Amino acid sequence: MEMTGAQIFVNYLEDEGVEHIWGYPGGAVLPIYDALDTDAKKLNHILVRHEQAAVHAADGYARSTGKPGVVLVTSGPGATNAVTGIATAYMDSIPMVCITGQVPTGLIGLDAFQEIDTVGITRPIVKHNFLVKDVNELAATLKKAFHIATTGRPGPVVVDIPKDVQNAKSTYEYPQEVEMRSYLPVTKGHSGQIKKAVELMLSAKRPILYTGGGVVLGDASEELTELTRKLGFPITNTLMGLGSYPAEDKQFVGMLGMHGTYEANLSMHHSDVIIAIGARFDDRVTGNLEKFCPDAKIIHVDIDPASISKNVIVDIPIVGPVKKVLAEMISILDKTKQKIDEQALADWWQQIEEWRATNCLRYDTLGSKIKPQAAVEALWEVTNGEAYVASDVGQHQMYAAQYYKFNKPRRWLNSGGLGTMGFGLPAAMGAQMAHPDATVVCVTGEGSIQMNIQELSTCLQYGLPVKVVCLNNGFLGMVRQWQEFFYERRYSMSYMESLPDFVKLAESYGHVGIRIDNPKTLKEDLAEAFSDKYKDRFVFIDIITDQQENVYPMIPAGAGLNEMILV
Amino acid sequence: MKHVISMLMENESGALSRVAGLFSARGYNIQALTVAPTEDESLSRLTLVTSGTEQQIEQIVKHLNRLIDVVKVLDLTEGAHIERELMLIKLSATGDMREEYKRLADIFRGDIIDVTSTTYTVQMVGESKKLDAFIDAIDPGLILETVRSGTVGVMRGEKCLHL
Repeated sequence: MEMTGAQIFVNYLEDEGVEHIWGYPGGAVLPIYDALDTDAKKLNHILVRHEQAAVHAADGYARSTGKPGVVLVTSGPGATNAVTGIATAYMDSIPMVCITGQVPTGLIGLDAFQEIDTVGITRPIVKHNFLVKDVNELAATLKKAFHIATTGRPGPVVVDIPKDVQNAKSTYEYPQEVEMRSYLPVTKGHSGQIKKAVELMLSAKRPILYTGGGVVLGDASEELTELTRKLGFPITNTLMGLGSYPAEDKQFVGMLGMHGTYEANLSMHHSDVIIAIGARFDDRVTGNLEKFCPDAKIIHVDIDPASISKNVIVDIPIVGPVKKVLAEMISILDKTKQKIDEQALADWWQQIEEWRATNCLRYDTLGSKIKPQAAVEALWEVTNGEAYVASDVGQHQMYAAQYYKFNKPRRWLNSGGLGTMGFGLPAAMGAQMAHPDATVVCVTGEGSIQMNIQELSTCLQYGLPVKVVCLNNGFLGMVRQWQEFFYERRYSMSYMESLPDFVKLAESYGHVGIRIDNPKTLKEDLAEAFSDKYKDRFVFIDIITDQQENVYPMIPAGAGLNEMILV
Repeated sequence: MKHVISMLMENESGALSRVAGLFSARGYNIQALTVAPTEDESLSRLTLVTSGTEQQIEQIVKHLNRLIDVVKVLDLTEGAHIERELMLIKLSATGDMREEYKRLADIFRGDIIDVTSTTYTVQMVGESKKLDAFIDAIDPGLILETVRSGTVGVMRGEKCLHL
């Protein structure tokens, strides 16, 4: 059927099964917006208030569903505003297709109005990008974009479409197949390596599973849980991996890394075998590489060969999709005659329980101020641990990671790699669109929330009943913490002055605003905000917290995992 | 250690900048780079010279393979291979030096491909080290211009970089 490029785009998205597209119109995408009006049937466009938020919202949708997030922005400033969102998705390997309008092909390179080299600017922060110069290639290119974004190690793909290509006509047929000779992601792990890995696991005396976001992205939680229970080994999750193993399970020793638990970090440090799955030995996890886990042999399962032996040299690399590799490990375990050294494992657990007994996440509950940790614990209770929690970046992010015990994957949405302030609210919007009946919370601070506060308007327009839990201590808390520890308490520019009255601000958008400042009534006040009374309302909960509180435990920069600062 | 890495990539605009961008973004260095289409016009062959520890080279090869436009990568330095580079060098050639440069070019199996009353342009093909040696044999004050193609290479024998 003959149609314009813009119509091809809209019809392609329909045929691809895309439900939502987040975007913002502008000159170079007007033909597409017109086609949305004329051709879209099921496809739902959400108008945000800033392009960065469009990308984060699509990202939150992707993280909470596993489906690709789709974004539509205009050329020039539309594209550059999207850059932070694209980079955020790239660092956390989130499947996403971002379509940017471009000036007509005849004007490219002439410094036209709202022209920017989008493909050039986004090149280092995408899995791949395309500039479509011929309308006859549009549908095939979109197919490639979705294929690349969602397979292998997922990531964002940008498709830049000049305005004249949107207007040009071609015949459209949904491309069923995609073939790329230069892109063939691995589909299974090497069986010999997997067998060797299982042998090494079973010979371990002080083993630990260290698992990351790859398990969530690869939908391998079930397999991971089964394997971990069969082995009886302790397991730690990275910040990105939280929820892939039930946090309330006794084999779970908590998050590891800079603000990980004492037992997780010491178990890693003293282990003799580390089974790393879908994790990438990030510097926030390893601390000082020279001091990292001196006695450990390392098995590393990852779909991306470039993640293996990048920071830490590993002994048994396995390149493959975690879900299949874990399933193969389980089936080998079921058949093998090799036995675990039960005595050694019991001794190891005894040691770990001693570390666990330090109760490193304890905090003072007697003061007159609300402790941020208490706020997150209360949040966990009033939401029955079932909420989708999108977080911004800073102290509140670490408190949420430490105290909200995620028992299921895809419930914890945070910018782990790039650390993007302003991510939380739009990501929560995306998750809420995907799960209209679920409780979706944005845990934030008074600093981060102001980086995309304009989205209160979008939440009103689409009736999104997101609950914002703002841990308001009047400081850029994590900056303040580092200044306290490492810059002799010179709190340079970390105090947040001239804050708005968040309650009134929320109300001015027609939302509900609630302020909580009494530690004695914290839980019941919070319970009210989450009660059926506000089930369908957007609620901004401004919780005034203790300004002096720090995130503990902490591994200072340059220290090893065994050199933690406790409370 | 020096490595010569050769790859086939899609002959598309932007493919080269993806490779170059990867090196600058990850802090790897490129000592030389050369690229041109192959007998199959949909493919370009890019050869680059870089150096680093074995671990760094392994990472470079992995990251190159990860680029969507890169179809196949081969580290020529891993096995027996042949490297060649082309150089054009323009020399100030007057008086006795004209004879001297002619002899020197012959010794290095170079050809004088352009002559004026005051200059010679010498064309030379060989391993980069040989070209370096020729340059070292000339008084730097008399070199007017040097242009080198960057290294290209193939594996010896039947081993090939092809699809």
